[in-house]
Amino acid sequence: MSLSVSGAVRAVGRVRNADLIRFARAAASGNRLRTSLLVLAMAIGVAAVVVLTALGDGARRYVLNEFSSIGSNLVIVLPGRSQTGGFNPGNAITSTPRDLTIDDAQALLRASAVHRVAPLAVGTSEISFGGKLREVIVAGTTADFLEVRRLSLAQGRFLPAGDWRRGASEAVIGAKVRDEMFGREEALGQLVRIGDRRFRIVGVLAATGQGLGMNTDELVVVPVSLAQAMFNSNTLFRILVEASNREAIEAAKTQVGEIVRLRHEGEQDVTIITQDAVLATFDRLLGALTLAVAGIAAISLGVAGILVMNVMLVSVTQRTAEIGLLKALGATGGTIRNAFLTEAAMLSIAGALLGFVLGQAGAAIIRQLYPAFPAFPPDWAVLAGLATALATGIVFGVLPARRAARLDAVQALAKR
Amino acid sequence: MATALIELVGIERTFHRGDSEVHALRHLNVRIAAGEYVAVMGPSGSGKSTLLNLLGLLDRPDAGSYHLEGRDVTTLSADQQAHVRSARIGFVFQSFHLVPRLTAAENIALPMVLAGVAPAERALRVARALRDYGLENRADHRPEQLSGGQRQRVAIARATIMRPALILADEPTGNLDRATGEDVIRLLEELNRGGVTLIVVTHDGGLGARAHRQLLMEDGALHDDRWRRAELSA
Repeated sequence: MSLSVSGAVRAVGRVRNADLIRFARAAASGNRLRTSLLVLAMAIGVAAVVVLTALGDGARRYVLNEFSSIGSNLVIVLPGRSQTGGFNPGNAITSTPRDLTIDDAQALLRASAVHRVAPLAVGTSEISFGGKLREVIVAGTTADFLEVRRLSLAQGRFLPAGDWRRGASEAVIGAKVRDEMFGREEALGQLVRIGDRRFRIVGVLAATGQGLGMNTDELVVVPVSLAQAMFNSNTLFRILVEASNREAIEAAKTQVGEIVRLRHEGEQDVTIITQDAVLATFDRLLGALTLAVAGIAAISLGVAGILVMNVMLVSVTQRTAEIGLLKALGATGGTIRNAFLTEAAMLSIAGALLGFVLGQAGAAIIRQLYPAFPAFPPDWAVLAGLATALATGIVFGVLPARRAARLDAVQALAKR
Repeated sequence: MATALIELVGIERTFHRGDSEVHALRHLNVRIAAGEYVAVMGPSGSGKSTLLNLLGLLDRPDAGSYHLEGRDVTTLSADQQAHVRSARIGFVFQSFHLVPRLTAAENIALPMVLAGVAPAERALRVARALRDYGLENRADHRPEQLSGGQRQRVAIARATIMRPALILADEPTGNLDRATGEDVIRLLEELNRGGVTLIVVTHDGGLGARAHRQLLMEDGALHDDRWRRAELSA
C-alpha cells in the first residue's frame, strides 16, 4: 500500500480520537507530580464553587423555610403608609395616619377572599408567679391567631373564640416562659400576674426554637382587649389576615386595602404586605448573594486555568524534542495542537470531577454539622462550575498547544 | 531516463544569525534516483544537516525547487508536507529520539498512530517489525531499558513501519560503539537492497565509503559527487 507523494498528500488519514486520548493520558501520567498538582488546583476551584454556592443557596432556603413557618397565605396590615405615591397636598395637612383598631380588623372579615383575621397588639410587660419575675412580650390577639400563625400547643388550649372586645383573663404562654416561671411545676390553671392584672394560664405553646420575627417561645398571649387595656391604648400593632388560598392573596390584599380606605375616610393610610412579596425580596437578595459567591469562587477557577496554561507551557518546553520527532514522523500542526489540548482538557475534566466530589462531600459535612441548614449546591452552580473548569482548562490550554504546534521541527529536534 | 526520486535545482538556504547571514546551502543541484545509497559527507557547518532537513521536508529552501517522486514538494502546505513525511520518508537520528514513556512496540507504532492506521493493522505490522529486527523480547521495554543498539533498531523499525520510499539517517552510528554501529548500518543497507532509497549523513569516512555514492559538502555547496563504480556494476 505504498503511496506516491501525490497520493500521500491526499490519502494520509487523521489520528484516531482514541489514540489521541491514549497519547495524552500517557503524556499526563508521565509527570505525576505536575499532573496531580494541576488536578488538585482545578479541584479546589470547583469544590469552592460547589461548597460556597451550597452555603449561599442553603441560606436562601433556610430563610424561605423560616418564612413559610410564619404562616402561609398571609397578608399583613401595618399602620402608616410606608410607600408614597408622590407628593399629595392633602397629605401635608392630614399627615397623622389613623390608627388601626379592633373594629378595622373585624371589618376585614367581610372580605370574600379573607379566611381568617387575627388582630395583634404588642407590648412588653412583666409576668410574676411565686416570687419570680420576668419581662415578657405580651401579644394581645384572638382565637384565630393560632391558625393564622401556624402555631401549635404543647399543653392546654388556646384563647377561646368570642367577642373580640371582651375577653376572659386567660393567657397562653410560650415554652421558654413556662420553663423559667414554673420549672417542674404544672403551669396550667395557675394564676399569674401580668402587669397589674391577674390571668389564668390555659395553654402552653409548643417550642419553635429560634426563628425569624417574633420568638414565640418568650411570648405571653392574652385576649386583645385585655392587652389594649394593659397598655392603655386602643390601637393595633398589626392585623394578620389569612387569605382563603394562595390564589386569593392578591384579591385579599386589594379587598383589605379597600375596606381600610373606606373606614379611614378614603385615605390609604396603611401598608399591606404579603408574605409572597417579602419572600420574593429575600429570594432575590439571597439568590444574588449566591451568584456573587459563585462568582468569587469562579475566580479560583480562573487562577487554576492560568496554572493549566503555565504547566502546559512548561510541558511544551520539556517535550520540545518529542514534538520535533512527532513532526518528523508526519504529525501535522493540528495533530500536535489537538494532542496538547486533549491533555489540558483531560486534566481539567479530572480536576473538575474530583472537585465536584470534594465539593459535594464538603456540603454533606456542613449538612451533617448543621442539620437545620439545607446546604445543597444548586444544579446551575454545579453545572456552571464544571463548565467553567473545562472551559478555562481548554482556553488556557490553547496558547501552549499552539506554541507546540508552531515549533520549528529542525530546532526542536536539535534539542535533546 | 526514469524520473529521479529526488531532484534539487538551484537550492538556496540562508540563516540569519543576528546581523550576520549564513549561507547554509548555495546553488545546490542534485539528482538522486530511486534505490540509491548515498552518503552526505563534509565537515560540520558544511550544510549537510540543512540538506537532510530540506530533503526530509522539515525545512524549506529560500530559492530553488525540490521535486520528490516527480512532484514539486516546496509548494505544498505544511500539512501536506507532514502527510508526505508520514507516508514517504523515514527518519533515523543520531540520538534515536524515542519517546521515553512509550514502550518499544508503541514507539514503532507511533507513525501509524499519527497516520490513523487502524489498531488491528498496527498490531500486525508492529509484531512483524519486532520479529524482523530481533526485538520480540523487548516489545514492552521502555527506551531506558534498552541498549543503544536496540534503541537504534527500534528507531529504524519505526522509520520503516510506514514503508517509505526514502530513509534519511543523520549520523545513525554516532552514539554507538563500532560493533553495534556496524549492525545498524548493515540493517540500513539491507533495507536499501530491498529498494528503499537510503541517504546517510555522516562525517565518518569509513561509513561514507560504504555508500554507492558520496556527496561531499563544503561551505554549503556540493564540492564533489563521487560514484563507486564497482558497487554500481555489482
